[in-house]
Amino acid sequence: MSAASYDKLIFELSSPGRVAYSLPESDVPTSDARSLLPEAYLRAEAPRLPEVSEFDVVRHYSRLSQLNYGVDTHFYPLGSCTMKYNPKINEDMARVAGFARLHPLAPEALSQGALRLMHELAAMLAEIAGMDAVSLQPAAGAQGELAGVLMIRAYHAARGEKRTKVLVPDSAHGTNPASTALAGYEVVEVKSQPNGEVDLDELARHLDTDVAAFMITVPNTLGMFEPRIVEITELCHAKGVQVYMDGANLNAILGITRPGDLGFDVCHFNLHKTFTTPHGGGGPGAGPVGVKAHLEPFLPVPVVTKDGDRYALDWKRPQSIGKLQAFWGNFGMHVRAYTYIRTMGADGLRSVADNAILNANYIMKRLEKAYDVAVPGPCMHECVVSARRQKKLGVTATDIAKRLLDLGFYAPSTYFPLIVEEALMIEPTETEAKETLDAFCDAMIQIARETETSPQVVQDAPVTTPVRRLDQTRAAREPDLRWSPAAK
Amino acid sequence: MPHVPKELRYTRDHEWAKREDDRVRVGITAYAAEQLGDVVFVELPKVGATATAKKPFGVVESVKAVSDLFAPVSGEIVEVNTGLPQAPETVNADPYGRGWMLVIAPSHKAEWAQLLTAEQYEEFLAQGAH
Repeated sequence: MSAASYDKLIFELSSPGRVAYSLPESDVPTSDARSLLPEAYLRAEAPRLPEVSEFDVVRHYSRLSQLNYGVDTHFYPLGSCTMKYNPKINEDMARVAGFARLHPLAPEALSQGALRLMHELAAMLAEIAGMDAVSLQPAAGAQGELAGVLMIRAYHAARGEKRTKVLVPDSAHGTNPASTALAGYEVVEVKSQPNGEVDLDELARHLDTDVAAFMITVPNTLGMFEPRIVEITELCHAKGVQVYMDGANLNAILGITRPGDLGFDVCHFNLHKTFTTPHGGGGPGAGPVGVKAHLEPFLPVPVVTKDGDRYALDWKRPQSIGKLQAFWGNFGMHVRAYTYIRTMGADGLRSVADNAILNANYIMKRLEKAYDVAVPGPCMHECVVSARRQKKLGVTATDIAKRLLDLGFYAPSTYFPLIVEEALMIEPTETEAKETLDAFCDAMIQIARETETSPQVVQDAPVTTPVRRLDQTRAAREPDLRWSPAAK
Repeated sequence: MPHVPKELRYTRDHEWAKREDDRVRVGITAYAAEQLGDVVFVELPKVGATATAKKPFGVVESVKAVSDLFAPVSGEIVEVNTGLPQAPETVNADPYGRGWMLVIAPSHKAEWAQLLTAEQYEEFLAQGAH
């Protein structure tokens, strides 16, 4: 049986009485669970865990692992996610015993190396973004946003101002309105121009003394740099409005420009996007947040400080928004990002942005005849094409995404940004070679041709994946989240 | 071009409004339903709640996106399509009929005149509305 056709659940391998362990006789007195736990917490019957041998477990998960689809095996142009190659030296460094085996509660005197790494990483990120201070604590971009918005809130409160609204463009990542609402603000959507740029008149109309902040992504979610960004931040500041940069697309501007220089007061970093720490399965994320000096007193505690050559955790920060995350953030990610920045150097980081932009523009150029480009280029690190032409022939962005799976590529982001009809958002990143980009473009062009000659092929895709097209509507309407034995 | 019934009024957020004596029935347009794709979840307010023109009154979620629903006019919500959360597919199947969402007793009569006519809404769609 080939790896691609393996579709068993571990439960389906179960055979009564088969075990993968052998425990010695207990040599301590036993107690009945009923004497130890309240009745309400006791099960009536044993859970139906799969009964399998050690070899069953090993073979099952080895086979499943062969179904994995990741950047180490395939091109992964998922727009806005920056699925770049993660250098393996990062993993080596994260496994250095002094980092990997250090207990987070070890005394400062025994954690000097780790604290120094955190202090230096924060300083490097601040330098990259043109910010004055950085907290490494947030565990993901969205938590970085929440930290940033809470600091803005604390800043206004400290000045005795009661502002209740935060402006978010209609092209924003969904996390922006979510973090804003979680921080207790009313979210006000600002309509963008059709090319995704901020409509300055529309923005000016919304700006008043009730607005705490404007959150914006640069480059925007259509992959375009905001040409009037300095005007925008000045317009906001004139009304006492703080400006937040969603750092999801930072890869495009590394070493070219800095959020701080553009007038931003806060920005977050996605270490798992820009700074090559793993996405998802390879480890947790990390979303450090950087601020200008006027927001520094509000940073989450503790802050890593340096006094002479001694590093310490500073908890005595009365204006802090408090602690956000267990211990000091996802430290293993800090080690990886630090390693990446140190191995790349300033010139290397600049070439990251240059090559990311070049690769995205190459794809845009090659696809511009077969698909409608959302906004005429040049673009930054990603390009958005619309399948509106294909839709008239009965083929949607979803169909194209599924067909790409058959042709050996992960699909781009679809239906985002929301302001583009039938959007396909393609982010190749800097780490892909021209041969890979060409193979992907060839596949996209082939699909456009199939749409005209044999649309059924695209509509029926995928046919080579472990499962065919799933009924996502039914999955959402009638979620069935728990395995139960099939009726015999 | 998706169906735009002549007798209804519209918002730029793709809700329709239908005058029924002194009340206004509200739903989303065929264009909105088509753009959203299969609707999987609808969240509506309770009868007695207040709707404010151009402010969200509920949420509609499809396999592609989550969107706010915006009230075309202000007033008390006097009727809610309570069957919709259990059968969200009705929004796709019959957006102008069984897929209705609310009935509002308008408090600001002048707001009606500010809604788009069918011709204006069609023009708005033709200009590449989003």
